[in-house]
Amino acid sequence: MDILTYLIPVSLLLGGVGLVAFFWALKDHQFDDPEGDASRILKPDWEDHPKP
Amino acid sequence: MSIALQRPSPMACPACAAAPAAERLAALTPPRNARLMLSLPTAHCATCMTTVERGLEAVPGVRSARVNLTLRRVSVEAAPDISAESLVSVLKGLGFEAHELDPSLLSATETDRQGQDLLMRLGVAGFAMMNVMLLSVAVWSGAEDATRDMFHWISAMIALPTVAFAGQPFFRSAARALMARRLGMDVPISLALILASGISLYETAMGGEHAYFDAAVSLTFFLLAGRYLDHRTRAVARSAAEELAALEVPRACVLRGGAEVVLPLSEVAPGDLVRVRPGGRMPVDGIVTDGSSEVDRSLLTGESLPAYAGPGSVVSAGEVNLTGPLTLRVIAAGRHSSLHRMADLVAVAESAKTRYTSLAERAARLYSPLVHLLSFGAFGFWMWQTGGELRFAINISAAVLIITCPCALGLAVPAVVTAASGKLFRKGLLIKHGTALERLAEVDTVVFDKTGTLTLGQPQPLDLDRHPPDVLAVAVALAAASSHPLAVALAVALAEALAVALAGQGVAPATVTGLHEVPGHGIEGLWQGQRVRLGRPDWVGAAALPVTATYLSVNGATHAFAFADRLRPGAEAAVAALRAQGLRIVLLSGDVAGAVGDLANRLGIADWSAGVLPEEKAAVVARLTAQGHRVLMVGDGLNDTAALAGAHVSISPASALDAARTASDVVLLGHDMAPIGDALRIARQARRRIKQNFAISALYNVVAVPLALIGLATPLAAALAMSLSSITVSLNALRLR
Repeated sequence: MDILTYLIPVSLLLGGVGLVAFFWALKDHQFDDPEGDASRILKPDWEDHPKP
Repeated sequence: MSIALQRPSPMACPACAAAPAAERLAALTPPRNARLMLSLPTAHCATCMTTVERGLEAVPGVRSARVNLTLRRVSVEAAPDISAESLVSVLKGLGFEAHELDPSLLSATETDRQGQDLLMRLGVAGFAMMNVMLLSVAVWSGAEDATRDMFHWISAMIALPTVAFAGQPFFRSAARALMARRLGMDVPISLALILASGISLYETAMGGEHAYFDAAVSLTFFLLAGRYLDHRTRAVARSAAEELAALEVPRACVLRGGAEVVLPLSEVAPGDLVRVRPGGRMPVDGIVTDGSSEVDRSLLTGESLPAYAGPGSVVSAGEVNLTGPLTLRVIAAGRHSSLHRMADLVAVAESAKTRYTSLAERAARLYSPLVHLLSFGAFGFWMWQTGGELRFAINISAAVLIITCPCALGLAVPAVVTAASGKLFRKGLLIKHGTALERLAEVDTVVFDKTGTLTLGQPQPLDLDRHPPDVLAVAVALAAASSHPLAVALAVALAEALAVALAGQGVAPATVTGLHEVPGHGIEGLWQGQRVRLGRPDWVGAAALPVTATYLSVNGATHAFAFADRLRPGAEAAVAALRAQGLRIVLLSGDVAGAVGDLANRLGIADWSAGVLPEEKAAVVARLTAQGHRVLMVGDGLNDTAALAGAHVSISPASALDAARTASDVVLLGHDMAPIGDALRIARQARRRIKQNFAISALYNVVAVPLALIGLATPLAAALAMSLSSITVSLNALRLR
């Protein structure tokens, strides 16, 4: 069971990475227009290269 | 949480500001760009978004446009010379209804911050729940001694800070409730959170078997989810309501030192001279000093017949000037105008409305004392039974609190309300008030206003073929030269009918010369050497009809053109749907009997009254309420405001006056009225779902509480009961059709 000493911190760290990513998304206003973003991905514009 | 502060943007969609293209462009050009915001009530899909953005970006001077579909708004970055009106007309050409918004009124930041705050707490609780649950699986599957203790300690390290941070909304509201000496839903929640964390910490320190860290954290998570849903529904409603308030950008054209200056309404003082162009709405209360015209009072009184206004006439804010320019001396502006005084009336009625106790409150009132009693009862019983074993007794009472904790109860209402308001919002109905849906479900009587509600206030000429073709030819020639709404409607309808008739019968279009409009009276001209007039009956020399009409004098004879108000699209469907649901329908209008009777016949409403004064409308609603009816009032004008506020629940169209919209619980965003029938159906269904949800969570409690009382509730049982009931309740809410 010694492996737990590594696995538990690792799992907590990975979870923490997820949490930080969530905070980043929140700060980046990614939850402001969920409906719009869901549709925006279906737009055919700028498919081959990003919007200049 | 100072994101909104770091990036001050008037836009509701701050992602727009993040669009690199827009930002670089803004950096390249001097900061002279105007930022315009338009509301787009009809946009709903990816195609709409592309059409609107492409269409707007094709307008020269527009640098970028970005649609926010969630809020149904588009924010446009454009050169300062681009006006909102020009963009509105571009969008109209693309088939979208759009309205200018006043960005300064859209204080989206405050609610935004609250929402983000809740979302962050929810995220933290979710993270903690996942980890603690994983650790708990090891304990449930039989970890012992040192391993179990280690898992408990790690859980404690995650759970305690999480509960302390994420549980704050509950602690704060529980403290407020206790301060006001009552037991809300949040008191047992907070107690359960604190007790569960405390007892688990103690047990862990003592090397005990049962720790409820997982329960404490998942409780926080589920309850925060309910809280967040609740907040989100209300924030959407609030921002849309703010949007409606922002629709009317209040400006007045003031004469200062001989020049006309456009000023915000707040800077207009009594005594100023204000100019109102034909087609404009009176911004202030005032006395006409110069000019004569007709005014449309339909929003204020419900009459569809325009009234004459000349020097000395008193006009009120909200009336529409129809024919000639008017100069007013301001009597009262802004807060003191008659329009705003109505708001006081509304405030009184609103306080009556808040006395409604929602289903959730009724459930909480029943539930809180019961939970506390059970928990303390269990504590007392086990203290007595075990001969004073404190640790065991506290353990049991904590388990009872956790198991009964209203996870499902906290989700039961918000989940349903969110699903239902989302559904209604997509249909074009905005639920402004938290309990409006529940009240809507109880309605058994519907009272309609006529002008502006069932009808659009756009006249349509009737029985044109009654008149001889040459008379029609003169009428169209006169009407085409006027901008009066009746004349415009006549000209449009005649132009179509006449093009065929004239060609067929060989009648030449009439040439009327010397056309000249007499503001407030009508239009006159010369036809075959004779004076011909189209306008008000007294001026033309005709006997007035009891309905909206315009009169033509030709060859000494007079002809009356009667008008009926154009029905609002979906009005017939809405009335039919309501009747099919077995509701009593009443039509109350301030208009003349002829017009109201016609409409009532057309829609098949047997119960109607005409010439009803505003106070009488409110009195009728009050009388119906006193008879035990639950009244839904649908109206748009100032004359409906008191009735809207007094009714059990009320709906107004987006075109209604600000005061009327403020007074009503539900706002119809589009032109179409048909969703009202649906709204009632969905509201009733939502109410049924809420009750079902209560029943489901009660059932879980009935099964789980006895287990907890006799001390058989393990942390695993608590976790299972909690998650299962929460998930069932949420799924049940989603069944809403």
